[in-house]
Amino acid sequence: MPVSTMFEVQSLECVRDDRLLFSGLNFSLAESEVLQIEGANGCGKTSLLRIICGLRLAEAGQVLWQGESIQSNREDYYSNMVYIGHLPCVKAELTVMENVRSLLDTRSLTVSDAVIEEALAKVGLATYEDVTGKALSSGQRRRILLAFVALSRAKLWILDEPLTALDVQGVALMESMIIEHRQAGGSVIFTTHHGMQLDCEMRSVRLGGQGNGALSDV
Amino acid sequence: MFNAFSHLLIRDLRLALRNRHELANPLIFFVLVVSLFPLAVTPTPDALRAMAPGVIWVSALLAVLLSLDRLFKQDYEDGSLDQLMLSPNPLMILVLAKVLAHWLLTGLPLVIIAPLLGLFMSLPMEAVNVLIYSLLLGTPVLSLVGAIGVSLTVAVNRGGVLLSLIILPLYIPILIFGANAVDVAADGMPVRGQLLFLGAVLALALSLAPLATAVALRITASR
Repeated sequence: MPVSTMFEVQSLECVRDDRLLFSGLNFSLAESEVLQIEGANGCGKTSLLRIICGLRLAEAGQVLWQGESIQSNREDYYSNMVYIGHLPCVKAELTVMENVRSLLDTRSLTVSDAVIEEALAKVGLATYEDVTGKALSSGQRRRILLAFVALSRAKLWILDEPLTALDVQGVALMESMIIEHRQAGGSVIFTTHHGMQLDCEMRSVRLGGQGNGALSDV
Repeated sequence: MFNAFSHLLIRDLRLALRNRHELANPLIFFVLVVSLFPLAVTPTPDALRAMAPGVIWVSALLAVLLSLDRLFKQDYEDGSLDQLMLSPNPLMILVLAKVLAHWLLTGLPLVIIAPLLGLFMSLPMEAVNVLIYSLLLGTPVLSLVGAIGVSLTVAVNRGGVLLSLIILPLYIPILIFGANAVDVAADGMPVRGQLLFLGAVLALALSLAPLATAVALRITASR
């Protein structure tokens, strides 16, 4: 049984281009819980994640953070939630350091250079602080996002295909980050088509097909 | 909140300074268009003076219009716009920072170079002063109102024509009052009314446009 529900979605419905992607979707998330959204291509995983971020509006239903809808509780929700999507958010003209810093600035986080350097070292960008985004590979750009997520101080991580473009070490790094985050009391909602070997308790929600939005424990 | 504003402003200025050729485009366009006119028409001082206010204002307006695309395009394409929308800070404050950066990089250079072009078009000195004031009040409105249009069309492929259709009708009052102020000043008449009107429109745009832009960005993102 979940100790305290911090995040909940209630009878969510999503329609895209006149196609019903899912309806009546319910699930909740407590502290230290990891939830995987499963489903085939085009079944609405990204749409679901954008809805629970508040970027996209659902046709019906609501998303609750600490018992209140995310629209009315916006500031608290966005201070405690971090989202990474398909796009890298990396500026070609800025250095790695400046990229991380500008991402943190939008969240109004003041983080010292030393802490950022440490986070960059952890994601394997130790000597790249002053390299511009232009010179990075797509995997390295994704690693900037990993450093950002780690530094975001968010309780809830919403990760859309976080393993895209990452190599074997990158995948292992993501897995260890999720486990570490969970141990610290944080929660994660993610989608992936790559096998993620998480050595912890995990639930999943399957979208599409029969039993739309069925919840299953893994 | 103020930190988020200033950091975003600095980030945008830094991005633009590292991309200088793009930065110079509107300014070069402005200078080229205005300096081509005397070559195409009879370049008598009287004829030039008569058309100078209109030519300079139209060129400035088009230079801003051409540069508007830059305002949100890159952020939209690399996903940074999503992160701005997920900021705990009010989106309209962040929008205001981006618009201010846009004005500092396009509107302000136009204001600075315009007196030279005014003299080149043989405008009298009083009219050149009024040209500076009218551009100083008018170009921020062009950036502010333009931001609404860009935020609606940023997701549209080749949205340039659509952007012009949305924005130009809103630009027309600014063009009329801005050019008219310079025209009237060239005839040695008082221009207080026109400048006050431009100031009022600036105050209105400053208070409403960031709000409208923030809403338009959320509509764009929700698709």
